[in-house]
Amino acid sequence: MTAAPVIEVKNLSFAYGDLPVLENVDLEVAEGEFLGIVGPNAGGKSTLLKLLLGLLKPQSGRIRILGTTPEKARRAIGYVPQHPAFARDFPVTVEQVVLMGRLGRGRLWGGYSAGDRAVARRVMAEAEIADLAQRPVGRLSGGQLQRVLVARALACEPRILLLDEPTANIDLRVENELFDLLQTLNRRMTILVVSHDIAFISRYVHRVACLDRTLVCHTTGDIDAETIRRLYGGEVRAIHHHHH
Amino acid sequence: MSLLPEPYAFLQTALAAGLLASIGCGVMGSYVVVKRIGYLAGGIAHSVLGGMGVAVYLGAAPLGGALVAAILAALFIGWIKLHHQTHEDTLIGAVWALGMSIGVIFIARTPGYAADLMGYLFGNILLVSPDQLGRLTLLDALVVGFVLVWYRPFLAVAFDEEFARLRGLPVTLFYLLFLCLVALSVVLLVQVVGLILVIALLTLPAAIAGRYTTTLGRMMVLASGLGMLFTSAGIALSYWWDLPSGPVIILVAGSVYLAATLLPALFRKGARS
Repeated sequence: MTAAPVIEVKNLSFAYGDLPVLENVDLEVAEGEFLGIVGPNAGGKSTLLKLLLGLLKPQSGRIRILGTTPEKARRAIGYVPQHPAFARDFPVTVEQVVLMGRLGRGRLWGGYSAGDRAVARRVMAEAEIADLAQRPVGRLSGGQLQRVLVARALACEPRILLLDEPTANIDLRVENELFDLLQTLNRRMTILVVSHDIAFISRYVHRVACLDRTLVCHTTGDIDAETIRRLYGGEVRAIHHHHH
Repeated sequence: MSLLPEPYAFLQTALAAGLLASIGCGVMGSYVVVKRIGYLAGGIAHSVLGGMGVAVYLGAAPLGGALVAAILAALFIGWIKLHHQTHEDTLIGAVWALGMSIGVIFIARTPGYAADLMGYLFGNILLVSPDQLGRLTLLDALVVGFVLVWYRPFLAVAFDEEFARLRGLPVTLFYLLFLCLVALSVVLLVQVVGLILVIALLTLPAAIAGRYTTTLGRMMVLASGLGMLFTSAGIALSYWWDLPSGPVIILVAGSVYLAATLLPALFRKGARS
């Protein structure tokens, strides 16, 4: 493996119409890193993930993922969205959802291969949802659904895993279990997790980037009171901006 | 070959048309229900009249005109959905009304065809000819064939468009193809119940099936079966009571839908009190 960063963001700016969301963001993520991105609501965290996935185009600046463009690198990225984009009453089983992570390889017609099914079984076991395989997604708890979304992303066999607020709809015990799982996965892939919960993720991640329109701070190791104060200051500033 | 005595041969053709239409509508109706695009399907269905009107005026087969209009409307509505989402409602409403107006104007200008307008609007399954059955079979085979061969990408695009795009699937292509298949099913159904009632027969069996199934595939099979039951029962009742077949079929489907939706809720209430 080379030492080149797997994610390289240079001078990135993005606005929805006239509303600037990200300004001059620089970020490098090394292979095997477990990075947390924290920051206030509307600080641009989800937007940054969408830019990394190539779902949005930057107004200026450059994004390289695995040495190429986000569109080309997409299939090597597993993405766990904050809000599932699907209706909860959609008639589909857990196994069918996880298998969708296998799409985009090989032919589009016909059924899944035995290899695809084996990968789906393996990642469902890893996410501890093997016993839910035949359950419709409408009958899952918040924590179970989150695990299904993680398994679907793992079925892509990604080199990079992006998670957007993975703990938003689950309780603390499930949250701990989820991060234990991510820590295990981090042994074989780079992980980038967006969260509003600084204190919690700092126990797991290698490095925290605080995003409030631009990268406010960038720390390694434990988050201390000073960092939280700086980030909290950022939040106050953000509120101040909105009133102008 | 007729299974019924000669005077009843038309009934046999009508039943066959109902069964054939039920297959396509069970399959595509399930997508329409889970994607909640009944209004969009309504726009496609009503613009079909424009094509039928023009075809009748030019002395061509109404089914051909209906097909052309349905595919054009599906592609146009797909383009609206992809590029003009903010005005989607109004634009689909405009396509809906324009299609019908064009149809009514052309039919009015065609000498001797005014009586058929009612047939196009409310259906007259008893007028389906045996060669139309061949065409219905072909349309059915197209719809079911496409869905079977590309079941995985269709499911992925219907379930979670964003994820499908991230997996590199040609989402736009499958979305437009999907709308064209909805258009084909609508044309199938217009023969049976007429275009005003199409949306009911497309969505009611699928909505009932959705309550009792946990996968889209099973929902499609059950919806097709229910559609067959409703059309057959409707045709039998309309023959028996000498009533127009389209509205009777919809009455049967609608009553079962209301019963399946309201009765469980009533029972649950009763159990609680």
